[in-house]
Amino acid sequence: MAKEITFVFNGNPMKTMIEDHWTLLHFIREEMGYTGTKEGCGSGECGACTVIVDGEAINACLYLAAEVNGKELLTIEGLAAADGTLHPIQKSFVENGGIQCGFCSPGMIMSAKALLDKTPNAAEEEIKEAIAGNLCRCTGYVQIIESIKAVSGHEEEPHVVAFSTDERDRGE
Amino acid sequence: MQNLCSVGRRVPKLDAVDKATGRVKYIQDLKVPGMLYGKILYSKYAHAKIVKIDTSKAREIPGVLAVLTGEDVPEIRMGVYKDNRPLKTGKVCSYRDEVAAVAASTPEIAEEALKRIEVTYEALPAIFDPEEAMKEGATLIHDAHKSNVLKMPWKLHYGDVAAAKKEAAHVVSERFSTTWVTHCCMGTSGAIAEFDPANNLTIHSNTQIPSLAQKDFLEALKTMGLKERRVRVIKPCIGGGFGSKLDTYAYEYIAILLAFYTRRPVKVEFDRTEEFIATSTRQPTITYISQGCDKNGRLLFRDISMILDNGAYTSWGATTPSVMMMPITSLYRVPNVRYEAKCVYTNNTYAQAMRGYGNPQATFAIESTMDMLAESANIDPTEFRRLNANQSGDVSIQGLRITTCGLEQCMDSVKAHLEWNQPKKEGEGVGMASLIHVGGGARVYKSDGCGTIIKMDDFAKVDLFTGATDMGQGSDTVVAQIVAEELGLEVDDIHVIHSDTDVCPWDVGSHASRTTFVAGNAALGAARKLKARILELGAKQLEAPMEKLVLRDRHLIHQDDPEKKLEIGKLLRKAHFSHGGQMLMAEYFYDPANENMGKDFRGNMSMTYTFGSHGVRVKVDTETGKVKILQYVAAHDVGKAINPMLLEGQVYGGVMMGVGYALTEQVISEKGQNMNPNFRDYKILTAKDAVPIKAPVLETYDEDGPFGAKGIGEPGCVPTAPAIANAIYDAIGVRIKDLPITPERVLAAIREKQGLDLCGQEAGKDDDQECVIEE
Repeated sequence: MAKEITFVFNGNPMKTMIEDHWTLLHFIREEMGYTGTKEGCGSGECGACTVIVDGEAINACLYLAAEVNGKELLTIEGLAAADGTLHPIQKSFVENGGIQCGFCSPGMIMSAKALLDKTPNAAEEEIKEAIAGNLCRCTGYVQIIESIKAVSGHEEEPHVVAFSTDERDRGE
Repeated sequence: MQNLCSVGRRVPKLDAVDKATGRVKYIQDLKVPGMLYGKILYSKYAHAKIVKIDTSKAREIPGVLAVLTGEDVPEIRMGVYKDNRPLKTGKVCSYRDEVAAVAASTPEIAEEALKRIEVTYEALPAIFDPEEAMKEGATLIHDAHKSNVLKMPWKLHYGDVAAAKKEAAHVVSERFSTTWVTHCCMGTSGAIAEFDPANNLTIHSNTQIPSLAQKDFLEALKTMGLKERRVRVIKPCIGGGFGSKLDTYAYEYIAILLAFYTRRPVKVEFDRTEEFIATSTRQPTITYISQGCDKNGRLLFRDISMILDNGAYTSWGATTPSVMMMPITSLYRVPNVRYEAKCVYTNNTYAQAMRGYGNPQATFAIESTMDMLAESANIDPTEFRRLNANQSGDVSIQGLRITTCGLEQCMDSVKAHLEWNQPKKEGEGVGMASLIHVGGGARVYKSDGCGTIIKMDDFAKVDLFTGATDMGQGSDTVVAQIVAEELGLEVDDIHVIHSDTDVCPWDVGSHASRTTFVAGNAALGAARKLKARILELGAKQLEAPMEKLVLRDRHLIHQDDPEKKLEIGKLLRKAHFSHGGQMLMAEYFYDPANENMGKDFRGNMSMTYTFGSHGVRVKVDTETGKVKILQYVAAHDVGKAINPMLLEGQVYGGVMMGVGYALTEQVISEKGQNMNPNFRDYKILTAKDAVPIKAPVLETYDEDGPFGAKGIGEPGCVPTAPAIANAIYDAIGVRIKDLPITPERVLAAIREKQGLDLCGQEAGKDDDQECVIEE
């Protein structure tokens, strides 16, 4: 059955019609057309569809779209600034080799964001715990954990300039 | 050594920003106007006659545009042996056999239609054990073949193994087994096929072999009566490869057939269950190995026979013995070697290429018995390896020319990092295993080549069209770094296009850890051509001799007088906008001078070989059988690290895949049926299982490699399992010879050693109940 919901999508308040049976993942990808959130399994086992609802990292494939009514939804598309400036976590993943095939990256980054929003000084064990539900087959997690560690302890949203070659680590 | 600007740097992967922001498009994210959704109906039996398929009820559903069975379509043959068809006719030979396919306007309607297809089967006796299937009189999987043993040529004998056996002071003979594991790419398989009005095909597909896939699809079109048509293969961003995309598959042909019959674009996309069930695994093996050495510990012979469970059809898995031969004949110096492998049809799932291509299976048996042999000869296992280590300049008995070899240094590095000789705590142990792998291409096909086209615009920005396929490993970035280095540009100036057979030149595929070496050399060759022309133009402009000019920081610079310089873009504009103007473009096709193996399998299959040694410290809980990895060191001779950060990523990822192979991963197959097609029950490691890994890199500068580099895509997962098995033995004195090394297996081995049964009772004392522990 169709019904109207009101929610905040990546910072923008909006009102839209949804069907009761839609998962949040279906709603985001198929109805809204934002494909950064990935479906890796459809059953809450891989974390590729992780988004943030009212500050909590959730598997969008297990969450009904109707449940975001009155809440704030953040997807990977909402992280970087409009001018393309990356969020520090995104920048860190880029610079520390946290990304290979990239299919797990949006979900992984959202899990990291939810963690660091609550626990800015997260220790390695907390980081591992926070992304334990996000599977990655490429990296062995080493550089992902390093990417998150590199920004844990930073205050939220320091000024970050858009990524460019000049900023790349040129050392070994 | 050259003073390098781009090569050797930890440059982020070119598409990392697009991936971090969710902007890249995988097959899951692609839609083509007018696109239909295809779904596949799989067999309900491991082996059965198809008596009848009634599709009438499926066709009645509004929104269904086509329902196809094997009887409705031309006889397209696929796979290495051409023993497989996209839709089966007559009978099914495994649970993953495709019996019908539907195209509908939505995935839900297609799914519903599958449920309405009625298939009548007549069950046939099925066979799941390859050793049973080899026996005389066993049920035949394919009626056209007189035996379940494939006619494959995997047999070699160098030297005289029988004589060496007599001479040997120490001999170890054992049986090892490995099981099905699967790639678990996070992005599932999928394809979108589309015909234009003239019946030229465009297919968007996850593939590691765009050029060979193009050829396969052209053949399929011919079978469909479409001759002289064009096929364009477009790769979306690929969500992981690891060998899984090295063949063409039923789902791709089914997308093509559905698109052809509906005259609409059709997408077939796997869900996770299908990804587990209907994609191919690593080849399971049974290995009988015998190795012997003289009283001083010099290896005298290696004698190996293997049985490979081929499954019901033949893909590249059946050719993995060609790569297994490399460690079997050439990991360490062995003067006498015999090897035979039989690939056997069963009603199980069929195997494919997977990272390492047979090498992990072979190395598990070799390196486990190396430790056993060292113990028998009473020599420290690392000294035993050093005694027999390959050296630069060796030509192995198979004819592999070892140009550079840092094996001994890798072993030293492992020992140092692990503090090998330090006293160990109760239940702790250390283990080592080494590897050889192709590092300079692998001539398994008629060509091992890769093409590159480079064009430069008026602002010295480069479009680089490469045949190489990036699945996340970073080949895009590596070729960009090489070209930037050669042309004195920034990596950001290089735009890499690797996604479309209409514009990219031929490449045999992203396999065999060959891309850095082969595609790197192809890119380097094209860049050198351009560099020569830039210097020629620049010499005129700066009125200086060419040999005095260098390209650096986007400028042409006079070596002796750095003030005398010209921006490369400016130079190019001058060349373009003048009378008889010219644009700078170059192409280069690099085909390494490696050799196809001869009749006796001798031949230098790769231009160079990557060596490495892994070491691990484990702790074994003798109460539960659980193995914990405390430290892992994976040292490799990589020639030259073009991009140390991406290289480490390959090693870390490979090692973790190898740790899964060693300890946790297995497709549980119950009479041919996959019982764990999900991530709850198929255990790939999570971040919480991440092991502390160090990846020391040794640079030996191979003269044939681009800037000295060798390949490193696969080695990370090659010696992982035997290193762990050796460490377990060191810790608690039990030798596990079957993968994965589950706690159940470790516990059973401990109990057996203690003379107890599986439940910890003294054998024969516990009469009331039978003791059974199910794995």
